[in-house]
Amino acid sequence: MHPVLRTVLQRLGLGVLTLFVVSVVIFASLEMLPGGFAEAILGQGATPETVAAFNREIGLDRPATVRYVEWIGNIFRGDFGYSYAGLGGSIKRSVTDLIAPRLYNTFFLAMMTAIVAVPLSLILGILAALYRNSWYDRIVNSVTLTTIATPEFFIAYLLMFFFAIRNKWFYSLSTVSDTTDFIEHIYRAALPAITLMLVIVAHMMRMTRAALINLLASPYMEMAQLKGVPRREAIIKHALPNAWAPIATVIAFNLAYLVVGVVVVEVVYVYPGIGQLMVDSVSSRDMPVVQACALIFAATYIFLNLLADIISIVTNPRLLHPK
Amino acid sequence: MTAQAPQLRQVRARRSLWESTRRTLSSAPFSAWFGMIVILLYVIAAVFAPWIAPYGEAEIVGKAYQPPGPEFWFGTDQIGRDLLSRLIYGARNTIGIAFMTTLLSFAVGGTLGVLTALKRGWLDQGISRVVDAFLAIPVLIFALMLLAVFGKSIVNLILILALLDSTRVFRLARATALNVVVMDYVEAAKLRGEGMGWIIFKEVLPNILPPLITEFGLRFCFVFLTISALSFLGVGIQPPTADWGSMVAESKTLITFPVRTFPWIPAPFYPAIAIALLTVAINFVVDWFLHKTSGLRDEV
Repeated sequence: MHPVLRTVLQRLGLGVLTLFVVSVVIFASLEMLPGGFAEAILGQGATPETVAAFNREIGLDRPATVRYVEWIGNIFRGDFGYSYAGLGGSIKRSVTDLIAPRLYNTFFLAMMTAIVAVPLSLILGILAALYRNSWYDRIVNSVTLTTIATPEFFIAYLLMFFFAIRNKWFYSLSTVSDTTDFIEHIYRAALPAITLMLVIVAHMMRMTRAALINLLASPYMEMAQLKGVPRREAIIKHALPNAWAPIATVIAFNLAYLVVGVVVVEVVYVYPGIGQLMVDSVSSRDMPVVQACALIFAATYIFLNLLADIISIVTNPRLLHPK
Repeated sequence: MTAQAPQLRQVRARRSLWESTRRTLSSAPFSAWFGMIVILLYVIAAVFAPWIAPYGEAEIVGKAYQPPGPEFWFGTDQIGRDLLSRLIYGARNTIGIAFMTTLLSFAVGGTLGVLTALKRGWLDQGISRVVDAFLAIPVLIFALMLLAVFGKSIVNLILILALLDSTRVFRLARATALNVVVMDYVEAAKLRGEGMGWIIFKEVLPNILPPLITEFGLRFCFVFLTISALSFLGVGIQPPTADWGSMVAESKTLITFPVRTFPWIPAPFYPAIAIALLTVAINFVVDWFLHKTSGLRDEV
């Protein structure tokens, strides 16, 4: 088998395995609670009958392994179960219905951020690496360091204060619904997207710069310079083929970071995304929703990292041309 | 002659230590100095909070939303507590909790990392695979989920974050310790019949300390920001305990107030600035420390 194919398959297998372990951990977290989840929800004073009824209602009276298999099987059919919020009432709210529109909103926001942030930070990072220790490099470095060290909600409130309250250019709350049209959606999601962009660009730029500086310092680049290859050609012919892997890693890592970053930003701007849903569900201890959100976040995170791994394997010149 | 020798050596050793500290500090760049002074001020505020703060932590001393004045320097919050006092107590609570979490995570992750590097075998394999799975989930998401299960309390917060963070520490400690455990002096200690505790804490740990100290600064920043974010989201440190993250959330409506009420900066920005300033300061010091210990690396 070709070494590239073999390594890719290995990574894929490892990714699936990780996802399996993560799903078990997410599922098992509910089992770890001493005294059972029902008691924690209903309080210490709950009678055994109430606890038993509650457990029967949400299906906690069956063995964990059976429930895990059922849970995973349903998820593959797109069914995450029912939210605890509607339990006991006549209307059962399915978690899938709850999550689907919000998942779309979150991906909308993430895509919007990524489309601007990825090219921008790559260009800024490459320039900083090429003109290392120049004034541009130093300024960009200290600005990004400050941005990284600042909590996201601070940046979010600063932007809200200046662009939505002082100058009424944007709405301070990014409420969108199913009826919001595409252009309006972009406009309303602009402030959260800009907040995320600032954070992502800072991270990404620093990592791109670090990766490229590492690359430019490698012996074959020095060799190219010594044998008189023009700088432009050295970068395009020698550095670039080796740069895809670190750049792919940087992009995937930051998109994965974006997935987590949305949580805080969505809460600040009251943007109806999955992050806000998760925080609300954590407060009300609505476990099916929390588990579904955690699984979606974790799966996205794992998938992006896996993608980066595969890209760096596929573009690795050493693996592509084995001796 | 022979009686004087140890004394002389002692004097020289003490002076060279003091001298080297002084020299190192005097060569520190401006940013590192700035960072160290800021950190010192925060530590003073945290340790001496009850003596510095003009009012109590949860004491209601005035009307709600009073503007800054001679009585309340930063004004009052939504139920009439002094903002300045809460900021100072916030330093104690937020930094204290973040510090304890980082300490715990280093105690667990560091010890396990060195131990697995020494022992290798199935223990190493087992722990490393579990850690890999933990690393595949973002900390904030995992922390949110576990807080939903175990309930919101400070003890749970510290334990959960320390556990999640120790996986990151474990990776670093194991990787650096792997280079040290193959050294002759570790072998010598083993042959001498020293116990595991001695080998970990007296032979290996002192030699992997510089990267661990740097990592401690960065992990502290990360834990501190995560705790602030969780508190801001309302699932971390709970009221009435003063904490910077939840203070931002509590006073967020104030940024829509007319600027006349809060002359310079809207109130929610005070705790947010306090958080940002500390993390920036730590980053400056860590940057400088990295420069000092590894000369070449100036990257993240």
